[in-house]
Amino acid sequence: MSTTDVTAAEAQAAAPQLEIMSGNEAIARGAWEAGVRFASAYPGTPSTEILEALSGYDGVYAEWAPNEKVAFEAATGASMAGARALASMKHVGLNVAADPFFSSSHVGVTGGFVIISADDPDMHSSQDEQDNRNYAKFAKMPMVEAGDADEARRFLKIAYDISERFDAPVLFRTTTRTSHSQGVVRLGEREAHDEPLLVLDRDPAKHIMMPHNAKGRHAFIEQRLLDLAEYAETTELNQLEIGDARVGIVASGAAYGYAREAFPQASFLKLGMTYPLPAGLIADFRARVEKLYVVEELDPFLEELIRLQGVQVDGGKDLLPLTGELNPGLVARALSEAGVPGVDESLLLMPELAADDLPDRPPTLCPGCSHRGVFVALRKLRAFVSGDIGCYSIGGLAPFEAMHCSTCMGAGISMAHGMAKVLDPAADRKNRPVAVIGDSTFFHSGITSLLDVAYNRSNVVTVILDNRTTAMTGGQENPGMGKSLMGQAAPEVDIPALVRALGITDIRVIEPLDVAQTQAVLKDAIATEGPVVVIATSPCVLEYKIKREAYRVDPDDCTGCKACLRAGCTALSLYVDDAGERKVQIDPVACSGCSVCSQLCTYEAIKAPGPKDGEEAR
Amino acid sequence: MSRPTFNILISGVGGQGVVLASYVLSRSALAEGYDVKQSEVHGMAQRGGCVTSHLRFGDTVYNSLITPGTVDVLLAFESVEAMRYIHWLKDGGLLVYNMTRVNPSTVSSGAAEYPADLPARIAEAWPNTRALDASALAAEAGTFKAANVVMLGAMASALPFQPETLVDIIRRSVPPKTIDVNLKAFEIGRSVGAEVST
Repeated sequence: MSTTDVTAAEAQAAAPQLEIMSGNEAIARGAWEAGVRFASAYPGTPSTEILEALSGYDGVYAEWAPNEKVAFEAATGASMAGARALASMKHVGLNVAADPFFSSSHVGVTGGFVIISADDPDMHSSQDEQDNRNYAKFAKMPMVEAGDADEARRFLKIAYDISERFDAPVLFRTTTRTSHSQGVVRLGEREAHDEPLLVLDRDPAKHIMMPHNAKGRHAFIEQRLLDLAEYAETTELNQLEIGDARVGIVASGAAYGYAREAFPQASFLKLGMTYPLPAGLIADFRARVEKLYVVEELDPFLEELIRLQGVQVDGGKDLLPLTGELNPGLVARALSEAGVPGVDESLLLMPELAADDLPDRPPTLCPGCSHRGVFVALRKLRAFVSGDIGCYSIGGLAPFEAMHCSTCMGAGISMAHGMAKVLDPAADRKNRPVAVIGDSTFFHSGITSLLDVAYNRSNVVTVILDNRTTAMTGGQENPGMGKSLMGQAAPEVDIPALVRALGITDIRVIEPLDVAQTQAVLKDAIATEGPVVVIATSPCVLEYKIKREAYRVDPDDCTGCKACLRAGCTALSLYVDDAGERKVQIDPVACSGCSVCSQLCTYEAIKAPGPKDGEEAR
Repeated sequence: MSRPTFNILISGVGGQGVVLASYVLSRSALAEGYDVKQSEVHGMAQRGGCVTSHLRFGDTVYNSLITPGTVDVLLAFESVEAMRYIHWLKDGGLLVYNMTRVNPSTVSSGAAEYPADLPARIAEAWPNTRALDASALAAEAGTFKAANVVMLGAMASALPFQPETLVDIIRRSVPPKTIDVNLKAFEIGRSVGAEVST
């Protein structure tokens, strides 16, 4: 069909435009439709794609901030200047931004302000499993949760209206399942919130959080919560679905979808606004059903609030786990075993795995990864490694096992500092802590930790793995890369100069794929008194699409000793040749030519690419 | 007329094109007028880990997660990842898998063994199986990278879609320069899928 004689506007008027989007893309779409002008974030699974998608829309300025606290404060400022603003982060990112989070609840907003917290139940890619719904209650802030992609788009727009109407930042909480699930989204138009912002409003009582002003704002917040609870009674975010009167289920977000599928005929109170709760609506729902169940992931957040209202709950966390994600089968089994009628029985099957000898497939460093040489060297040195958050956390797994602690962003250096300060001088050198941190994590929260090492002089060796990207989350721009999220040129942080400015005088720069040099430099650094920083600069193979020519194994020289396998590279594998001897081979498609395995080979069997000596590589 | 929810589980290894295959299937379902939900977990997947994609379409789909024992088609991009998810199939469900081997890091490091006799074990565990060497078939079409599209072709007859819908979505989903090779890969997959299923 030709569309040349139909204008785009006519086509759109004729049929709603439907598109499949992830929850995160739909949040970006909703932000754009809501007229958001400013968005700031630090990458973190499962939140990253929100800003990536938002940076593609006209009329929105989107940036990667060095960390979530900075992103949050920048968005607070943009809101104070009158723009609709957004800050997004993963659940643990809100811990980093907690300081401005609480203050912003006091300050309120000028332009609407929504904070996205993408939680990760089941910890698909996280170090902890906290339930950030508690933050809304803690900071006395309204909270909105969507169950699928189109709701994410729609609810986000409502969140901006709530924000401006109640002078409150809004916590928009998603989970991995909502953020990373795709669904059909009905596209809308962008609201006009584009008047030029020319004057910064001077309102000290609202904007300067000194004790006298903050006291007034606290009283305001308490009243605001009461007003919000009243709004919650009638908002379209909360929906009653009355079906089978024997079973009433309160649920929100992804958990609603699981419960709805497991008990298709049940009655539901589906909450899109999960703080504060609508007491009247809940009491009304309770009166209409025989039994009331609360289906939610992680903490009994809704359940406790509902019980506090004096409402009888017949099942909640006594039936469902406090850890991990829920799923339809789990909800179906847990509730039906407790006698809840109306389950979809096809969800009760628990088929068994067809084989019990399948090899695990844990994440691993990519072939060619520039971190590989560092962890091979650290393992050889038997060093104690205080690690951090990034791809290089894989250094703690087999076959490297060269990382001995890792807690949160930036902690690798500061924890090593604390260890070094209490470690007895007589301790063996291999116990001198080596902190390992990536470039993006260093910018995020490693700089102040290294300042502690420099200022308070500790025997810490800090290795900065500078692969010129935020690799773990998919290669986002950072201040060391010379460009911004929106593709503009930016000054590159000079890491050695920055480290020097912090007060570190012993700085050594290495090529991490040279194992012998890396090992020698690290060994000497560990033996040196005082703080040392080793900067391993080598770009990420994945992000920079680095593909050197593949290495190959000469089977005549290979003894099958497996020394090369300590490189932990999936391009290598063992096989048994025709003579029944064990050999190693290199998959030429997977190999990135980094040479680390050949440096580990005792028999010079792994050959650099080059003129072949008359025989084919296997 | 109510259409029951159709469940497709795709399993593979980071970098094998699971995301593109999901993209083509979900857009095809939308084009055929279905409600669609799809879910995958990436995060660390591109670093050699398993990746699965749950894809569901029907009149109304309330959630994106498939429950084990209810999968209509399991599309596995690697032999171990086929065996690992066979039990998710429902009675009468179809397994389509690429008989290729991608070493897990546990095998590369010598800590675990790659099972030697997978094709026979898979055939025994799940008779309704279409096994193909999609990587080699894709190389025939022009590039081994199109193995995911060969796989789509091999499963196409099990879908309640017009084949043209898939062709159209593939055409619009891949880089322009690779349209011909991908469509060729799809056709090879279709004919091989028909052969191995008889």
